[in-house]
Amino acid sequence: MASETIPQPPGGAINIAPFKTDVHPVWCPGCGDFGVLTCIYRMLATKQLSPENIVIVSGIGCSSRLPAYVNAYGFHTVHGRVLPVATGVKTANPNLEVIAVGGDGDAYSIGAGHIPHAARRNIDVCYIVMDNEVYGLTKGQGSATAPVEMVKGTTPFGQLDDPLNPIAMAIAYDISFVARGYSGKPKELTELITQGVDHKGFALLEVISPCTTFHDTYKPVSQRIRFVDASHDPTDRLAAMKLALEKETIPIGVIYKNQRTSFSERIKTTQERSQAKGTPDFNKLLESFQ
Amino acid sequence: MMKDVVFRVGGEGGEGVISCGEILTLACARMGNEIYTFRSYPAEIKGGYAMYQLRTSTEILLSQGSSVDVQVCFNQEAYDRSIKDVRKEGGVVIYDSSSCTPSGTLPTHAYGVPASDLARLELRNYLTKNIIFLGVLSKLFGIDYPILETIIKQKLGKKGEAILNLNFQALKKGYQYVEQNIPKKDLYFVEKVPVQEQRVILSGNQALALGAIAAGCKFYAGYPITPATDIMELLARELPKQGGAVVQAEDEIAALSMVLGAAYTGAKAMTASSGPGISLMAELIGLAGMAELPAVIVDCQRAGPSTGMPTKTEQSDLNHAFYAGHGEAPRIVMALSSVEDAFYGIIRAFNFAVRCQVPVIVLSDQYLAQRTATIRRPDPSKLVIEERTKPTASDCENYKRFRLTESGVSPMAVPGEKGGVFTATGIEHDEGCELSYEPENHWRMTEKRFKKLQLVLKSPDIYRRHGVNDQEIGIIGWGSSEGVIREALSKANDRGIKVAAFHPRLLNPMLPEIGVFIRSCKKVIVPELNFTGQFAREIRARFGVDVVCFNKLAGLPFTPDEILKKIEEVHEQIVHHV
Ligand SMILES: Cc1ncc(C[n+]2csc(CCOP(=O)(O)OP(=O)(O)O)c2C)c(N)n1
Ligand code: SF4
Repeated sequence: MASETIPQPPGGAINIAPFKTDVHPVWCPGCGDFGVLTCIYRMLATKQLSPENIVIVSGIGCSSRLPAYVNAYGFHTVHGRVLPVATGVKTANPNLEVIAVGGDGDAYSIGAGHIPHAARRNIDVCYIVMDNEVYGLTKGQGSATAPVEMVKGTTPFGQLDDPLNPIAMAIAYDISFVARGYSGKPKELTELITQGVDHKGFALLEVISPCTTFHDTYKPVSQRIRFVDASHDPTDRLAAMKLALEKETIPIGVIYKNQRTSFSERIKTTQERSQAKGTPDFNKLLESFQ
Repeated sequence: MMKDVVFRVGGEGGEGVISCGEILTLACARMGNEIYTFRSYPAEIKGGYAMYQLRTSTEILLSQGSSVDVQVCFNQEAYDRSIKDVRKEGGVVIYDSSSCTPSGTLPTHAYGVPASDLARLELRNYLTKNIIFLGVLSKLFGIDYPILETIIKQKLGKKGEAILNLNFQALKKGYQYVEQNIPKKDLYFVEKVPVQEQRVILSGNQALALGAIAAGCKFYAGYPITPATDIMELLARELPKQGGAVVQAEDEIAALSMVLGAAYTGAKAMTASSGPGISLMAELIGLAGMAELPAVIVDCQRAGPSTGMPTKTEQSDLNHAFYAGHGEAPRIVMALSSVEDAFYGIIRAFNFAVRCQVPVIVLSDQYLAQRTATIRRPDPSKLVIEERTKPTASDCENYKRFRLTESGVSPMAVPGEKGGVFTATGIEHDEGCELSYEPENHWRMTEKRFKKLQLVLKSPDIYRRHGVNDQEIGIIGWGSSEGVIREALSKANDRGIKVAAFHPRLLNPMLPEIGVFIRSCKKVIVPELNFTGQFAREIRARFGVDVVCFNKLAGLPFTPDEILKKIEEVHEQIVHHV
């Protein structure tokens, strides 16, 4: 879809420089979000997209600062509303490549009500959730994915709520592309992001992106991750749910896939259906009210 | 013969009261008359008291009228509730004599028709009762019989031959009943008049939706709510034909979020809701102000806070429209004053939104949204439609989305346009979208965002002035009461009271002309359908003068007589120096 592509060096090396901006990320050293950002650069460079045709929409949080760091159109909105804003962008101009980004608080707490509806619509948007199990920006309170009993400023005697399982939720909502990535595995993550962006329909990419300042999980996560077996059939919903519910390890890879009509396609069909009898001019429309 | 007639039909919701009123309205309009309807119905689909009022005349109509000339009562409850509103001298009540016993002081003419019995026993279908009454009205007041048949056919044709014939029989039954049993003694009559100019029959919501299409609206997102939903229904049918899209959002937060996403791509976008939905949108109104996005937000006001009285009218969301959201975010607030103004006003709203790159909140209300009127058929070739200020090639050399300019408006690039790439944000930022918490920057950018609002102050049609020019008494109303005020005013002028009205259609930024008008009056009355006098408070704060609040809080619009009475009362005070 690129109208004019960014030239890439020969020999398979990719040049991410055209996608960088001169805004320096505010993130703490070691923050998982750096890794995610780099993978996004690499995906954009590999796909040779042109900056003016990309829109990165975000909510509010450390991770939601990301759009400013990418040379593309961006819309840094309000807390929790990234999906409906992205829906508006994509629906109004389906030619754009729309990517949604943000944190787990943005996605699964304040904005959680929008997820099933983005799933039902199957909006053609890839949503990258940088999950660090805390609200990073507000200094590390437990989020919807935080482990129960975790002690933080607002839970001095331990987190009261059990954590949400975002992958199981996504499969239950029948999101048409569900994957888990890890910012500590950039090669695989780039591949997952690329697949998510290429997917025609709603892709939810749950990315483990540790918060080094308030909840550093690099070590335990690195020990528990495993790549999804090549034998896993992501179109098998029950098998996918089984993977999602796995407790011992953290499966990384494409967990669930269900190719179906996207919202953009539905909108197009609606337009065509409505125009079956020709496009009425305004005077004709007025006549019907006489 | 009296050719200005206020009809009212009352009965149980689900008995066809509304469709009876609608068919009557359409018939009067097609006979070449002016129409002005007023609806009030229960929130439940079936059951509860429902009422439909129609005023029809050969002359231009400004209000629903002050009293009822012809009352049709489908049952006892309708009778008991409405009899007090019927004109005593010369008024008419038509009641269902099978279910209703008239009592109390009757108006001059009372005609009983056993409509329930006719429907149940002779036509074997109780649901034909409303059509029987239409036949009655046809014979009594000259409502054109063939026109009624045509409308019934248009409305019921889809239900099959049998149902249609049954309803034709019902129409005839009512007609013949009057012919054989009721000698007409009243003076009301609906005349058939030649139509001078092309007209359309629209509800406030329909006019608004059509205006939005004319303005170039290409995206609508909304969540159903009374009394705004029919805007979405019309757009859902029509926008896709124009290459646009309508999305039924999961809530109003999502609706406005989607609208802002669409606006960000350069599409003209709108949402419509009522109080509860508009309350949910507060945070996003601030985002629209901060990210300088053009968006139109329609509030069809209903009565009361919380769920309040969903099917009743009120003008109590003005505070919210002016101030919703934290911090200080610019917005334009407009109020629609008539069905015709709903069409042209929403076009103005889109123009203002793109001109200033701000959210425009358009206040309508249940009374306006759901009443129908005949208006001159708009000529699309005469409409002025504005588009966003686009960046020039030199703007794109070093593109600054929020460049400081004389007017405050910065050229707006949209995705897909090379050279314009930027990240919009609700965080305070400088000209070039760089985040900044510097005190001077916050001050400067806030000033920029507010400065833009001045651009609408000199626009045409943003207020109306009515009445004499050497006024002693001024009336400043807003929104849908314009016609009612005008009617009261001309009666008062006829009685020699020097009164004039200033009716702003643009409420925020506030028109300096309001101050000039106030200073030219001895006293100013501000009629509002709210408890606390919301616009009066704005006027006092802005111009430092006092006004006479005239509030009504009944879930119902003002009547001309109520305003007239207030004018006379204030007139007395001036005469006697109280
Ligand atoms: C309506 C609203 N409530 C609360 C906040 C404060 N707030 C800002 S970001 C945030 C949570 C951020 O957590 P997450 O989305 O997980 O992103 P992270 O910072 O961890 O990347 C909160 C609670 C806000 N900005 N808006
Ligand atoms: S607080 Fe945590 S999430 Fe935020 S930037 Fe720092 S490390 Fe990243």
